[in-house]
Amino acid sequence: MLEIKGLKVDLEDEDKSILKGVDLTVPAGEVHAIMGPNGSGKSTMSYVLSGKDGYTVTGGTATLNGVDLLAMEPEERAAAGLFLAFQYPVEIPGVGNMTFLRTAVNAQRKARGEEELSAGDFLKEVRAKAKDLKIDAEMLKRPVNVGFSGGEKKRNEILQMAMLEPKMCILDETDSGLDVDAMKLVADGVNALRSEGRSFLVITHYQRLLDHIKPDVVHIMSNGRIIKSGGPELALEVEHNGYTDLLAEDA
Amino acid sequence: MALPQRKQDATDTRLAAVTLPNGSAWLTKARNAALGRVSVMGLPARRDEYWRFTDPTTLVDAAAIDADVLPIEDNPEFSKNDALRVVFVDGVFDAAASDDLSLAGVTMTRLSQAEDITWAADLLGTLEERGQKPVERPLAALTTAMATDGLLIHVTGQAERAIHIRYDRKNVGADVSLHHVVKLDAGTTVTVLESGAGAARFASNMEVDVADGAAFHHVRAQGRDHGRRMNTHIFTRIGEGSTFKSFTLSVNGAMTRNDCIMEIVGDDATAHVSGACVGDGEGFHHDDTVFITHDAVGCESRQVFKKVLRNGAVGVFQGKILVKHGAQKTDGYQISQSLLLDGDSQFLAKPELEIYADDVACSHGSTSGAIDEDALFYLRSRGVPHKTATTLLTLSFLAEALQEIADEALAEDLRDRLAGWLDRHQH
Repeated sequence: MLEIKGLKVDLEDEDKSILKGVDLTVPAGEVHAIMGPNGSGKSTMSYVLSGKDGYTVTGGTATLNGVDLLAMEPEERAAAGLFLAFQYPVEIPGVGNMTFLRTAVNAQRKARGEEELSAGDFLKEVRAKAKDLKIDAEMLKRPVNVGFSGGEKKRNEILQMAMLEPKMCILDETDSGLDVDAMKLVADGVNALRSEGRSFLVITHYQRLLDHIKPDVVHIMSNGRIIKSGGPELALEVEHNGYTDLLAEDA
Repeated sequence: MALPQRKQDATDTRLAAVTLPNGSAWLTKARNAALGRVSVMGLPARRDEYWRFTDPTTLVDAAAIDADVLPIEDNPEFSKNDALRVVFVDGVFDAAASDDLSLAGVTMTRLSQAEDITWAADLLGTLEERGQKPVERPLAALTTAMATDGLLIHVTGQAERAIHIRYDRKNVGADVSLHHVVKLDAGTTVTVLESGAGAARFASNMEVDVADGAAFHHVRAQGRDHGRRMNTHIFTRIGEGSTFKSFTLSVNGAMTRNDCIMEIVGDDATAHVSGACVGDGEGFHHDDTVFITHDAVGCESRQVFKKVLRNGAVGVFQGKILVKHGAQKTDGYQISQSLLLDGDSQFLAKPELEIYADDVACSHGSTSGAIDEDALFYLRSRGVPHKTATTLLTLSFLAEALQEIADEALAEDLRDRLAGWLDRHQH
């Protein structure tokens, strides 16, 4: 599904290297988690994969089902099946959540040469999916993320994911700022989307999210590289001992 | 005070070319009085304080500049709205295209046909004259003098339908002045809609007297013709517990100067004026000039103006809140913002507050900015193409102004037109 080879990335405005050769493969249907100390490059990787400005790729490749991600515009990557759940979802006053969702869903369908969803079908689908995430009609009507609590914003991200049905989902610290119940709700939303044809890359600081979203593989990222990969027990090790031992091992 | 010689000469020359329209005696008196005001004040010039950002030359010159006529759309603004339709073509009343001027709750006459109408004779030109202080508005007086037609609207109850005044164009060179007077009796309501580019050069006055407890709603769309030049004035006196709300959408147009002069004279009244404009190219100049006088207790005023500018378009905002001595508990809000879609465009803003009461809350803000890159990336990361995302974010920017329109159907009509314009005007 997602294949990253030797990915090297600099910050565009400064002479600073963030990713220093990332190798990572997420096969179809698997859930991989990335943990790592602050500043290790986790969020940068998610932004670079989804096409945010401000970064320069100096080496390596990233492909989604064999297609070069890095050569595409952000909207093309989305249409190709990539989805990033933002750590800080953006507020957009004056644009209704429904309008936004429908525009996005139909833009992707159009880009893939599929028929656009009718207003009726869209409404039916969004209502059903919103209900599972306990997003009420009022929240759907409001402007995108405006006046949403931290938990509501994250649930809204998952709703978008559910509506857009991507192949590769990257979750950037989706658990940050969530209480236990909200985390459970978000995790249930993610688990409902797990399928053979869909993969997940879950970026998190805490093992707790991984209790709810069980990963197949856990990677540890440090200083712009993946320094260790293992099973779910690796996350537990981090939870108990921190990164010190792992970093020492790597050194 | 004598005018500077240059200004005196320019004014004399221009006024010498003016022929006042014929009309009943009271109207001729009002027109002559207005012309007298122009002669005393002198016509505006670039060096005047209130014309620093907008060159009045093409509004003042004796001859109008031709402007290409865009064909009337199949569904012009507000055509889906249930309203009594009054149509002027190049400033000339079009009886065939207009509805019969009878409406429950309203008595309506055309200015050009007005005989002795006491209320109109008492009102016409008086709000304009009041509005000449403390800032002179000679173009408004000129329009009062030269207006060939317009509507005299006396609202005596709840107007059964909205009144929609449509200004169509057929002639490339028409130079038009119209003057409307609206008098709302206590406790009455009316909605007045205006649409269309009007003329190659179009001047209009609207005097609105809002008696106690009455409500006046005004929504206006100034057409889409690129070359048209327009100067409009609204003068309103707002009584106790009453509501005045006005929104203007401007799309294209070589020159637009919209003045709105509001005087709140009764306690607990509400006065809102707002506008959205979109302009593309160096040939676009758009100026909103607002003056709100608070002369009563516990009143609320809002000014919300948003301008989207690209390719060298120029936007101007001059907005003043004057809170008079004793106008306590005034709540005044003013925001003027521009979205500059490139580095060539310009927004000039002059917000002013003058407050003589000590228990008031007034806030004002003015910003210029570009499209928010984070929001743009967010939308694109969801598969929304760059162009569509820019349109959405531009509508998002304009939303606060559009929200000032109370009638959702009218707001939706204008929002759709804006979206269409934005889609057409992107690279």
